[in-house]
Amino acid sequence: MYRTALRNVLAHKGRLLMTALAVLLGTAFVAGTLVFSDTMGRAMRDSFSTSFSDVSVLVSARGSDSGDPGDGPRRGEDEAVLTADTVKELAALPGTERARGVVSGFTAVADRNGNLVGQVWSSRGANFVPDASGADPRYPMAEGRGPRTAGEVALNRQAADKAGYHVGDTVRVAGNGTARDAVLTGVFTTDDPQVTSGGTLALMDTATAQQELLEPGRFSSVVLTAKPGTGEAQLLDQARAEVPAEGAELQTGQELKDEQAEMVAGMVSNTKTVLLVFAGISLFVGIFIIVNTFTMLIAQRIKELALLRAVGASRGQVTKSVLVEALAIGVIASVGGLLAGIGIGAGLQSLLHAFDEGLPTGSLVIAPATVVGTLVVGVLVTVLSALLPAFRASRIPPVAAMSSGDQPTTQRGLVIRNSIGAVLALPGLGLILTGSNRTGTTAQLMLAAGAGLTLIGVFVLLPLLSRPVIALVGPVLAKVFGTPGKLARLNAVRNPRRTASTAAALTIGLTLVTALTVIGNSVTSAVTSLVGDTMKADYAVNMANGRQLSADLTGLVAKADGVKAVSQVDNVWWDIEGVGKDRAIEGYDAAAFDQLVNLTMESGSTAALGQDQVLVSGEFAAKHQLSVGSVLRATAAKGAPVALTVGGVFENSEGVSPIVAPNRLIEAGDPDPLVQQILVKGTDGPTPALKQAIKDATGRNPVMEVRTMQDLVDDFNRNISATLSLMYGLLGMAVVVAVLGVINTLAMSVFERKREIGMLRAIGLERRGIKRMIRLESVVISLFGAVVGVLLGCFLAWATLRVLASDLKGLTTVIPYGSVLLFLGLAALVGMVAALWPARRASRMDILSSIKTD
Amino acid sequence: MSTSTAYAAHTGVAAARATGLNKVYGEGETRVVALDDVSVSFGQGEFTAIMGPSGSGKSTLMHCMAGLDEVSSGSATIGDTELVGLKDKQLTRLRRDKIGFVFQAFNLLPTLTALENITLPMDIAGSKVDQAWLDRVVETVGLSGRLSHRPAQLSGGQQQRVACARALASKPAIIFADEPTGNLDSRSGAEILSFLRNSVRELGQTVVMVTHDPVAASYADRVVFLADGRIVDELHHPTADSVLDRMRRFDAKGRTS
Repeated sequence: MYRTALRNVLAHKGRLLMTALAVLLGTAFVAGTLVFSDTMGRAMRDSFSTSFSDVSVLVSARGSDSGDPGDGPRRGEDEAVLTADTVKELAALPGTERARGVVSGFTAVADRNGNLVGQVWSSRGANFVPDASGADPRYPMAEGRGPRTAGEVALNRQAADKAGYHVGDTVRVAGNGTARDAVLTGVFTTDDPQVTSGGTLALMDTATAQQELLEPGRFSSVVLTAKPGTGEAQLLDQARAEVPAEGAELQTGQELKDEQAEMVAGMVSNTKTVLLVFAGISLFVGIFIIVNTFTMLIAQRIKELALLRAVGASRGQVTKSVLVEALAIGVIASVGGLLAGIGIGAGLQSLLHAFDEGLPTGSLVIAPATVVGTLVVGVLVTVLSALLPAFRASRIPPVAAMSSGDQPTTQRGLVIRNSIGAVLALPGLGLILTGSNRTGTTAQLMLAAGAGLTLIGVFVLLPLLSRPVIALVGPVLAKVFGTPGKLARLNAVRNPRRTASTAAALTIGLTLVTALTVIGNSVTSAVTSLVGDTMKADYAVNMANGRQLSADLTGLVAKADGVKAVSQVDNVWWDIEGVGKDRAIEGYDAAAFDQLVNLTMESGSTAALGQDQVLVSGEFAAKHQLSVGSVLRATAAKGAPVALTVGGVFENSEGVSPIVAPNRLIEAGDPDPLVQQILVKGTDGPTPALKQAIKDATGRNPVMEVRTMQDLVDDFNRNISATLSLMYGLLGMAVVVAVLGVINTLAMSVFERKREIGMLRAIGLERRGIKRMIRLESVVISLFGAVVGVLLGCFLAWATLRVLASDLKGLTTVIPYGSVLLFLGLAALVGMVAALWPARRASRMDILSSIKTD
Repeated sequence: MSTSTAYAAHTGVAAARATGLNKVYGEGETRVVALDDVSVSFGQGEFTAIMGPSGSGKSTLMHCMAGLDEVSSGSATIGDTELVGLKDKQLTRLRRDKIGFVFQAFNLLPTLTALENITLPMDIAGSKVDQAWLDRVVETVGLSGRLSHRPAQLSGGQQQRVACARALASKPAIIFADEPTGNLDSRSGAEILSFLRNSVRELGQTVVMVTHDPVAASYADRVVFLADGRIVDELHHPTADSVLDRMRRFDAKGRTS
């Protein structure tokens, strides 16, 4: 019995090829993901742990600059002050071998053109600590010497090479304020992972570093190296007595390593999850192909299986023989997938290195879990997919062996299937429609559940949908392509189940692609109109790292040539009586406001800002029953009470916060508000000259970005389109599997319709006509899947956008018709490509042997 | 033989002709001669049956003359057209325009209705259907009420009548029928054979039928006997008995020699 099954696998090698390929691709995706993330994870962990090798205890000021963008150099209330004395005291501890005061913070390095070298998030500066010989063991100089004075700087090797700097050159560096020039005195190498992974590190003498990155006399952390024989925990206990009890954090080297390992694991596991989701989609698409193949193979082997039953095989044995066949394919394909996946993992790693040579490398990690997981997933998917066809095979009555093979197989009714589909899809649609009218988590949950149900329901209903949808293109096909076109359409709806499961692969892919594209497009256009509607400013100035702008910048920008109006945007979060805690308030220059921001007033006027009054949004006013003249009692961050008198109510706008105040009022409550943006209006609009003037006025700081509103929108859109490209790439995998499915179905159909094709050739259809017939059938099936997918994708995107609209006002569904047409065109192309081989085969078939009755 | 001249005189021209036709399969030890210097002509308006035991080459002869198979040497013509040397495309056109086929298995497209199956060759050619002729053909085969049925809804005999109507509808120069009654019960078979004979008598069609059934052959005007790839005899105005009698004689000859 099982020998028969295995013989069958061998006998149908060609026909099982596509199935095996589909499983192989899916499992390769899984294995590739696992190998890649394991390898990256280990490489990163390794590189992090070497960089902590000389750290026994790290004493850091809590909340001190960790180098992450976004947290400014401002000192929190509870932060401890680590001074030179602290370092000295720690160095004097009995267990301390060495103590090193570390100053570190954000420092950007400009290349010769004034642009930032490297990535914003990995642009760092630190202090150079020379020992008696003038060298710093942490940063061994490859060339030149370490920096000694304020005008000197040393750069890491990669940064110097990237910018083309040599020792002796003048380098422009910038901390948080204005940029300054320094002479490059040395180039060093380091194994600091943040630097080796493509970052820049600028070293200054300790005093300069403190001046630039922190404040004079302070350190961000102290690194203690224990004497031999002193444990890390022991040293930590000794150190605890010397540092202020509040605001300082002490960690052993081991703790740091563990923390890093955890962080790396978290990072890697996120990537892994995303990739695995797409691998899952590929496998899911593969399921349709497997089901299709086995259904067709069994249909072709009815007589053979009936004969087995007639000579005494039990139903169970027939089922098992089919499952053994599936098992064999599953094993072969999964092993292939595993090998291919290891290749993909290795390839991905070198691909990433090609883009970013600084990433840590490591040998390929093939964990036992990867091997077992991949094989189990591949085999399970194959065998489970074959379960239903195998069960059907066992239902073949023995008498089928005697019947003439020429009878068309009766098609089972679709009533049950359609009922199941309706039961799934209708509540799904109901959930989506209800959810789309609500907001918040409930709506999101309803949407997710509804989308799932609808998707499954639509897949179940695809056979039912195939006839009417394909009937739509019928007249066109017959008119344009004549008899082959007509035959293609008829063949496409001949076996709705088969057509449906072939098309389903494309439906899945296109549903996701369309939904993502529509959502991306809608958000983009919402943001575009938002910025365009609210902002009148020509340029926005901000730090590329999202940091705070230094207080003197606004004044500098205002002095630039061609600047007509300028305002820094203050951000504070104050507690407001009767409204709530930490309410965002934005502050603008009262005089420049009208030239920079466009608000439609419902009552009052923007001139109220000039009288130290605030403007509130219509929604906010309605919610808290405010009108012109109302007074809100606020408490500023540092406890000062501020009275906010409403001077105007503006139509809701997402461009500004619900409360807009004049700078003067804000700064009365908080003299040091968070400023991340300066808005500028030029006398002649956004001209390159104005941009240059602003840059020059601010010292050509490499971190400073001067962007037009269009630039802001473009930068935002670039993120969206980058995300979309990634999604397209990953979903491309599912499309490849879909192509395999179409090839598979067509090849099987051609085989089954051999006699028809022979007859058509005999009565005068040319080879070209046969080819055209097969190709059109393929295109029709592909387009059917694509059209359903596109419609479903648009619908899901619409519902999602309705829910998102509560967070982003002005968000409406904008369908990118060009992209949608492109998707449909690509689907048609997929159909053409998939049909190449089956169509060729069909047209080459020998007429005599195809019409022969056996 | 005297009767054959009468028919030849009656028809005048040959609808199809083979001259010195050879068909060899394989090479060396596996070399099989399927047709050995066969010369035969099928007169216009004549119903010819080709008979012979299995392996005699009767189907091969038909396939070669219908442009479905290549010949090794010799010549085969349909009307004035020489088939030997034609490219696939030209052969396909020729089959479409000049030849009608009726196969043993009904070879209808299950997705098309009976009428669509009948007009399929014209649809492929993109030529106009002669409605009067089509009505006549449909009436002759007795399918008037069933034209919108699909093959699965028709009996075997009805399906074969659709196939006959398809072969006739485009007014081909010649119809080749390959064991047309092979899959039918005797009553349906008789219907088809009468119909083929009527199409010759009444519509002036030329029909060549391959069969191994003496009863089927008796419907023909002439029977050509093949054995071992050669024409060994022919019979005019056959009856089932005379055909059976001839066949027994070959059998006996074969045994004695």
